[in-house]
Amino acid sequence: MDPSLTLNPLLLVSGLLFAIGLTGVLARRNLLIIFMCLELMLAAGNLTLVAFSRFHLVDGAPAYDAHVFVFFVITVAAAEVAVGLAIIIALFRSKKTTDVTEVTTMKY
Amino acid sequence: MTFLFYFFSALVLFGGLGVVFAKNPVSAAFSMVISFLGMAALFIQLDAFLIGVLQVLVYAGAIMVLFLFIIMLLDVEEVEKRKLSLPTVIRAGGVGAALVVLISTVLMRGGTAGQALPKLVASPEKSDVLRIGELLFGTYWLPIQIIAVLLLTATVGVVVLSKRELK
Repeated sequence: MDPSLTLNPLLLVSGLLFAIGLTGVLARRNLLIIFMCLELMLAAGNLTLVAFSRFHLVDGAPAYDAHVFVFFVITVAAAEVAVGLAIIIALFRSKKTTDVTEVTTMKY
Repeated sequence: MTFLFYFFSALVLFGGLGVVFAKNPVSAAFSMVISFLGMAALFIQLDAFLIGVLQVLVYAGAIMVLFLFIIMLLDVEEVEKRKLSLPTVIRAGGVGAALVVLISTVLMRGGTAGQALPKLVASPEKSDVLRIGELLFGTYWLPIQIIAVLLLTATVGVVVLSKRELK
């Protein structure tokens, strides 16, 4: 990769993606899309971890502990998606909707 | 090479915007696949080959196929034809914009964030897969056992949740 690249643009891309994901979680009402935006935020965190590991060399190699951590984040995200989608299906079965503003049983 | 970085960064960001602004959940899912493929390219540019491959296989492959599967399973026609409420969108956009301002302010202050990319001097016969494997089954043997238990719990939980009648 080009040695003129600095850490700043990478962190900016990751931060922008996190902000996009957060905006989506707050603005959208479809449960599936909210869930996808959550995944975007997780992926933005992964990008920050990998960028810092590449810029912090240990014995001339990237700090691979960050890669292990990203590995764990991906695993947890996969498990989370499986359980979350099962919950969404159960919700759709009982309420016939995936709109979060219509799921108000526990509000009152 | 810097061009490639900006190209794939744009892919990641526009994919993310596509998820937020898509009317149809199916197009949101495809925007997300594009975003994740761009991110895999960024990982590979940062010499994280294993993570890049995992990103394509697990995220863009397995997780997004699962999402599409569920979207097709639920009735998309019925889901979300109503418009977004404007005050909610403005408030959410405000929170996002505030976060962007915060992050750019922190990055503007410099510190170590402006440092150039250091050159790798690692021995080529030790690939990153080998090193990550050594770490996973050496230093991090307990976390990987816990992750295994977590995955088993998630599997059992999904089976229980998808049963029609909970007795």
